[in-house]
Amino acid sequence: MLESVTPLAASAVALAMPLILAALGELVVERAGVLNLGLEGMMLLGALAAFATVAHGGGLVPAILAAAAAGILASLAFGFITLTLQANQVAAGLSLTILGAGVSAFVGRQYVGFRAPASFEDLPIPLLSKVPLLGPSLFSLNALGYATLALLAGTAWFLYRTRAGLALRSIGESPVVARSLGLHVSRVRYGAVAFGGAMAGIAGCYYAVAQFKMWQEGLTSGNGWIALALVVFATWRPLRVAFGALLFGGVSALGLYLQAIGVQVSTFALASLPYLATVAVLVAISADQQMIRRHAPASLGKPFHDDS
Amino acid sequence: MTTPILALRGIRKAYPSVLALDGVDLAVQPGEIHAVLGENGAGKSTLMKIIYGAVRPDAGTMEWRGRVVRVHSPGEARELGIAMVFQHFALFESITVVENIALALAGPFDLKALASRIAEVSQRYGLPLNPWRHVHELSVGERQRVEIVRCLLQSPKLLIMDEPTSVLTPQAVEQLFGTLRTLAGEGTAIVYVSHKLDEIRRLCHRATIFRAGRRVGEVDPAKETEESLAAMMIGREFPRMQRRSHTPGEVALELVSLSVPADGPFGTPLREVNLRVHAGEIVGIAGVSGNGQAELLEAITGERLVADSGAVRLAGQPAGRLGTTRRRELGLVHVPEERLGRGTVPPMSLSENALLTAYRHGMVRHGLVMREPAAAFTNACIEGFDVRCGGLGAKAQSLSGGNLQKFIVGREMRQKPRLMVVAQPTWGVDVAATALIRQQIVDLAAQGVAVLIVSEDLGEILETCDRVAVIAGGRVSPVKNVFETSAEEIGRWMAGMFPGGPAMAAKDAERVPA
Repeated sequence: MLESVTPLAASAVALAMPLILAALGELVVERAGVLNLGLEGMMLLGALAAFATVAHGGGLVPAILAAAAAGILASLAFGFITLTLQANQVAAGLSLTILGAGVSAFVGRQYVGFRAPASFEDLPIPLLSKVPLLGPSLFSLNALGYATLALLAGTAWFLYRTRAGLALRSIGESPVVARSLGLHVSRVRYGAVAFGGAMAGIAGCYYAVAQFKMWQEGLTSGNGWIALALVVFATWRPLRVAFGALLFGGVSALGLYLQAIGVQVSTFALASLPYLATVAVLVAISADQQMIRRHAPASLGKPFHDDS
Repeated sequence: MTTPILALRGIRKAYPSVLALDGVDLAVQPGEIHAVLGENGAGKSTLMKIIYGAVRPDAGTMEWRGRVVRVHSPGEARELGIAMVFQHFALFESITVVENIALALAGPFDLKALASRIAEVSQRYGLPLNPWRHVHELSVGERQRVEIVRCLLQSPKLLIMDEPTSVLTPQAVEQLFGTLRTLAGEGTAIVYVSHKLDEIRRLCHRATIFRAGRRVGEVDPAKETEESLAAMMIGREFPRMQRRSHTPGEVALELVSLSVPADGPFGTPLREVNLRVHAGEIVGIAGVSGNGQAELLEAITGERLVADSGAVRLAGQPAGRLGTTRRRELGLVHVPEERLGRGTVPPMSLSENALLTAYRHGMVRHGLVMREPAAAFTNACIEGFDVRCGGLGAKAQSLSGGNLQKFIVGREMRQKPRLMVVAQPTWGVDVAATALIRQQIVDLAAQGVAVLIVSEDLGEILETCDRVAVIAGGRVSPVKNVFETSAEEIGRWMAGMFPGGPAMAAKDAERVPA
């Protein structure tokens, strides 16, 4: 039994990592009251930047930096349009997704079919990686995977244990009140948006240089949207985001596993399983309106200008 | 004469539709309690926001301890030593009391240490507060305590209080005044914005009076009468309330041993509440907020259904399981405590807000909105209640508290109700508007409508109501004729000391031999 569950758990964790990265970033953005639907686009731009860096002989650290920088640049463009120019956040976010998909497909044409000359490989921690079940899944991650766990803990700590995190959450609830207390609404929101961009870019880097290790068009395959949904499903809480990502990763891994052992099910049905499972859980959670209402940042998606 | 701690000269502020302040001066001495008196729309709130750095003036100077300063943000104001208790609370609902306070304070981010400081200050100044509760679970009165404690923790040199006593019991008002006098004695200057003339006369050393954006005078309030202050403030004689003898008719609302579970983990469950409100009478429920008022109002209006259908009877019919719409069809109208968000939808226009509850009165045909009747109804509310606004297209959130309340009361009254339930009818509303609203309520009852007022303002209840009861710890006291009781007795009842009240029940329990 354990022999079949262990690899399943390991691949569930591996599949969950980039989702956690992207969703954590978006969680911080939304907690500050900004809705950035451009997650998928920023991930694709990050993936492209990372892949191009390694393809042209750059190392893995420069790849991460390039991915984060690409995400930040894209997110700051979004921030300028929505926070400074007060444009509609939904429209701007969707445009960002379309732009990211287009640019990455266009610039990435030259890399199609390339294998990444350098990539993130698993780094098992001695002893801990030998623990049954948990060892192979949690303690033999690649460097980005460990970084994800650290960022998860760091984000939760930041949001709930620091003054800046409290200020960010408060701004998401009521920018008007926040300003009357002397908090810098726009500054904090720009910071949150940039953080979300960096995290999305690194998530893209994960897909390009740690998971697929080769370039293909649209390699994030809609996972940016899953990450967005996870934030809501997790009622804007970091640990629940991780749980949701593991659930999605687990169902994805199960599908791949069933296929591998030769269960006669349509591959399309299997491929759609994780999405169906996520939708089912989302609907179940959203049925409790109280839950969503109590936790949703009250000013989410609403424009606010610092001047009175 | 010493240098004023704060001196404003020639302050001017214009908004697109209105000149809020027109060359206004104000000087406050250290250790002085300085009243700022004026009707809604007189410019008081704007002036306070300018002092606090939340609004920038178009012209004029501000001197702080003899030095010209420019305050660009509330943060800068706080650094100077200016703190403010807002009329519309500046609190975040989704986080706890201690987190709200931590956001406004400098220093290390240690919530546990801060919580014990909060407990200490709230104890010392008689403002009981649990630092770990979430603000959305607190009543208006409790929220105000959070604001006051937050200011006191900043040890301010100048404390601005915008309508601080409207929700306190008489005993708590005395306690607050003691606090303010102590603070003033320690050299803190206090700017006290209020409409309550008796309080200003008792508490304040000086008063600056505003009318329509201009300063009309500075007086020693102790040497004035309430009538003379009111006359200066509104520029004409002050209307007096017309009382009437009351002849109760049929029972319009009856609660029969109504028990309701608490509203959220920090609410107060209702226990065995019995109450009758007759046609043509005004019954007041006094009490400090957070004692079950929210649960009581929800159970009466149908926002919360009651398992026992007969526990709430409207016009003789069991209504416990009827929703808000069905209860309104039975003749119930409701003026809730929260004007923005419950009484009205803030970003919608007045005529749209009128439609929300009054649509039955000829404004909808075949499911389609009829614009003209809706506009006529809205205009009637605006004119009948002297609502100052930018017409029926004005957004609800653009109105001042008093004008919005006049609009809501007007909207509900014009629906020909059998029973009107009003929560905090004049909270944060200026003298003239308060007088108007109370007079309209009294006149409504005279036409045979039953009225239930739930208010924390004891003066209001004693002035307006025919019969009065007290809610404490989820229990409602016996109902007394207002002429047969006194503020002292009601004050004791508010502390739970009435037959069957929580304090008495505790004593009875003590008497049981072990």
